[in-house]
Amino acid sequence: MSFGREHELHKRRFGRNLGLGLVLVAFIAIIFGLTVVKVTRGDYDPAIAGGQVSNGN
Amino acid sequence: MSDASINGAATQTQEAEFGDYFALLKPRVMSLVVFTALVGLLAAPVSVHPFVGFCAILFIAVGGGASGALNMWWDADIDAVMKRTARRPIPAGKVTGDEALAIGLALSGFSVVFLGLASNWFAAGLLAFTIFFYVVIYTMWLKRWTPQNIVIGGAAGAFPPMIGWAVATGGVSIESVLMFCLTFMWTPPHFWALALFMRKDYDNADVPMLTVTHGRRVTRVHILAYTVLLAVLAIGAGFTSIGGPVYLAVALVLNALFLKGAWDIFRRDEDMSEEDNFLVERKFFKLSLLYLFAHFGAILIEAGLDRIGGLA
Repeated sequence: MSFGREHELHKRRFGRNLGLGLVLVAFIAIIFGLTVVKVTRGDYDPAIAGGQVSNGN
Repeated sequence: MSDASINGAATQTQEAEFGDYFALLKPRVMSLVVFTALVGLLAAPVSVHPFVGFCAILFIAVGGGASGALNMWWDADIDAVMKRTARRPIPAGKVTGDEALAIGLALSGFSVVFLGLASNWFAAGLLAFTIFFYVVIYTMWLKRWTPQNIVIGGAAGAFPPMIGWAVATGGVSIESVLMFCLTFMWTPPHFWALALFMRKDYDNADVPMLTVTHGRRVTRVHILAYTVLLAVLAIGAGFTSIGGPVYLAVALVLNALFLKGAWDIFRRDEDMSEEDNFLVERKFFKLSLLYLFAHFGAILIEAGLDRIGGLA
């Protein structure tokens, strides 16, 4: 069986795969960016977190 | 919901493209959600990191899109009957009902969790409630049950500026409630004007729109009454902290035009409307889109002016 000729169906599938791929890449970029912003702002600073625990005790 | 929609209204006739899945998210409604949520976010007195703000708006948009997909899943049977919605992905046979349900549920969960992680859990809870309100209260319950469907269901479309405000402040305040009220009061005249010129659609689908249950004359009266209430609210908001001279100028001009449009609709009867193919009703509908964007745009400008004034 040969898949040499490109069918309209292949174009559809390629478009869908490409779209999903780009969405996944964008998702990774967003999570990475959010992590950088949160960490550099000190939202997850161990010193602050430790301070909160000791205050709680 | 009929068996047709349970079984996927829609026997899939061709393989879907990426754009068909995107269309499930109702991109045009999403643009309104994005804009009003952005105004809520930027008008708030607390500033948000630009990237966090961008992500928050994105997650709110995805949540709005998810509720659109769930709406299309549930309403596939009536979408197929109405001319305005017959080309949506499910009735068009491009996407199955089950796929829309899966996408809607997955994106709902995703958007709420990630909005909570990116900003705060109050905003995430408000987004979850908005999705619930639109899908369960409006789509599944009110839409096919009462002619007040648009009035009460309009709350779902009015929440985004409150969510944007909550992203920045972590709570609710009088300003965010005013922005909610503006969209809430705007929704009925906007949709009833549409119902007037999309005459047969709602009749055929057996959706109890006011035009179907109480007649077209009553609908015209309701459009005028709600427009008067909306004008009072919109102009009154100009004297609160979200208003100012720019907002007041925009509100005065647009509400005068909107009231004139509602009055013209009120004065017309069906014969007059048929004669010019509902020209006045169509113009009123188009004006309603400009009305909302201009009011929120003016709130945004006022917020910008306040910040500049605060820096000076």
